Amino acid sequence: MKQEGILRHAATRLLGLIPTLLVLITIAFFLIRVAPGGPFDSEKALPPEIRANLDAKYHLDEPLLQQYFRYLGQIISGDFGPSFQYKDWSVNELIAQGFPVSATLGGLAMLLAFVIGSLVGIAAALRQNSAADYSIMGVAMLGISIPNFVVAPLLILGVAVYAGWLPAGGWDWSWQRMVLPVVTLALPVIAYIARLMRGSMIEVLHSNFIRTARAKGLPERVVIRRHALKPAILPVISYMGPATAALITGSVVIERIYSIPGLGSYFVQGALNRDYTLVMGVVVFYGVVIIVLNFIVDLLYAWLNPRIRYDETQ
Amino acid sequence: MALLEVSGLEVRFDTPEGVVKAVNGMDFEVGEGETLAIVGESGAGKSQLVMAIMGLLAENGSASGVALFDGEDLMQMKPRELRGIRGRRIAMIFQDPMTSLNPYLTIEKQMIEVAMHHQGLARDEARAHAVEMLRAVRIPDPEERIRQYPHEYSGGMRQRVMIAIGLLCEPELLIADEPSTALDVTVQAQITELVGRLREQTRMSIILITHDLAAVAEVSDRIIVMYAGQMVETGTVDDIFYRPQHPYTRGLLASVPRLDRVSDDELQAIPGNPPNLLELPSGCPFRDRCSEATEGCRQPPPLWQGEGGRASRCVLPMDGGQIVAAEAVGEDGA
Ligand SMILES: Nc1ncnc2c1ncn2[C@@H]1O[C@H](COP(=O)(O)OP(=O)(O)OP(=O)(O)O)[C@@H](O)[C@H]1O
Ligand code: SF4
Ligand SMILES: [Mg+2]
Repeated sequence: MKQEGILRHAATRLLGLIPTLLVLITIAFFLIRVAPGGPFDSEKALPPEIRANLDAKYHLDEPLLQQYFRYLGQIISGDFGPSFQYKDWSVNELIAQGFPVSATLGGLAMLLAFVIGSLVGIAAALRQNSAADYSIMGVAMLGISIPNFVVAPLLILGVAVYAGWLPAGGWDWSWQRMVLPVVTLALPVIAYIARLMRGSMIEVLHSNFIRTARAKGLPERVVIRRHALKPAILPVISYMGPATAALITGSVVIERIYSIPGLGSYFVQGALNRDYTLVMGVVVFYGVVIIVLNFIVDLLYAWLNPRIRYDETQ
Repeated sequence: MALLEVSGLEVRFDTPEGVVKAVNGMDFEVGEGETLAIVGESGAGKSQLVMAIMGLLAENGSASGVALFDGEDLMQMKPRELRGIRGRRIAMIFQDPMTSLNPYLTIEKQMIEVAMHHQGLARDEARAHAVEMLRAVRIPDPEERIRQYPHEYSGGMRQRVMIAIGLLCEPELLIADEPSTALDVTVQAQITELVGRLREQTRMSIILITHDLAAVAEVSDRIIVMYAGQMVETGTVDDIFYRPQHPYTRGLLASVPRLDRVSDDELQAIPGNPPNLLELPSGCPFRDRCSEATEGCRQPPPLWQGEGGRASRCVLPMDGGQIVAAEAVGEDGA
């Protein structure tokens, strides 16, 4: 009965996302066209008739509103159109190429951050206010405040250039090339999750039902694992939706520093070159990714929390 | 030898404002099969007294004194030994049924873990045992309801579940900390009735904590009246109801309109507030609220003892009692 409720909730939630996406597409579509310059401006001195041909080919000669509806119709059929800049490629193909790289990086970083962050947070909570707790949290604070673009070069210098343990950049799907970018991406998230987990674990350990569990004479390890872990991890779960999205979509800087051909790199190129279709395609695609991730986390949360019910009242 | 013998028990809490003197030298016994009621206003130290015995004080709390359970001092036990007693030989039911069960686990999980851990039962044996206990505390349809989560239970039903959990291992001592206070009046009566039934049907000893003197009349053997972390008077139910000695006890009784009625009155009939536990006055802590206070009450009042464990702590003489000690808990005292 609960499962059904969650499924029904899922369906309504999904329907509700359509307007959100529509707004996103609309804003992105008009914003990029308001920006000065056009896709073919950089290629200097195009003869006017070729220019006109190009514009006609890509429907850039039509009124803006007409272009907008044409575009909408196109993406409903799942087609983001041809890239202006990468002439032999469609945007769909570019996304298919770049996204798996970015998703792998982001996904691995999130996994790493979740496991390590949670463990560190729990360890700190169980040693609350001890020297170990303070040093762990001090390091975590540093982890949050040092930006990626500082950490990455330091890691490259230390681990790749001086020690020579790992390659400094590039991409070939080997784990050696994944380690540094994944670690760079994960560090601040580890720190954040550790703090989140510590706080919520401490709070849960003070609740009455934990006292009941202790009064039952259960070993402390069981009290933590069976009674405290689930409620303590819920805030981390809700943070993971936006955090995963940010890791997958926000690795632009990291991809540049480590010269990784992820979607972020394409996106930057596309924006610099006014590659309307590429930029739009990536924006819409990211929008869908973010929404889907948040949605999954939402369901996960509901599934973990028996008090959330999606029945008639919702 | 009594099942539980407590002496000189003190509980202190370290706070930024200073040290809270929550329990100030409690001495009492609970015999086998006996039901002891501990009565007092909110903040009297009733809960912290039993928390200390169970080793469940908050992190900022510390306890001293002796609590012999079946001859062994609970206060000196290693955590591991204490865990072997908690839930198995001493069970505790808490004041707030709404938050005392884990909202993320089914009732089944929360029950069978006790039987599996302490009695080594297999999962389905433990489950059958749990269902039986739910039936014993009159949860309707226990096979079905055991699969539900706490939020699917009403407050009264949750407290029944807590009692059922407490009874799983047939403990020698059940500590019930205001098991019905948070519930509405009719449910309160049912829970009190349930405790009364347990008392008659089992050989279990019970410590029943309450601030409602009327509610304990029919279900207890002896009563301890507590004020500011101290015992002020103790005796049998009849002693306390018909021959109260201490002005505070009399005040409590005056706030109970009829003895045979279950009252939901807060015991506000005594004017004034309990003393600040951060700065307990030397002398009698009830002094500011006592209509019979005299200059002599600025000194620690004497402890009178009489036949059959009867005692009162007051300058006023106790019928048939003798002074055994004058103890101080305040600034000038111990
Ligand atoms: N962790 C703590 N830190 C500081 N003071 C505390 C702490 N726990 C309890 N106290 C104080 O100890 C005193 C006794 O508390 P206790 O819970 O034993 O009262 P009680 O008699 O059970 O009252 P009630 O009927 O309200 O449950 C109270 O003044 C309370 O504020
Ligand atoms: S000692 Fe004095 S103040 Fe305290 S209860 Fe007795 S008469 Fe009242
Ligand atoms: Mg209490």
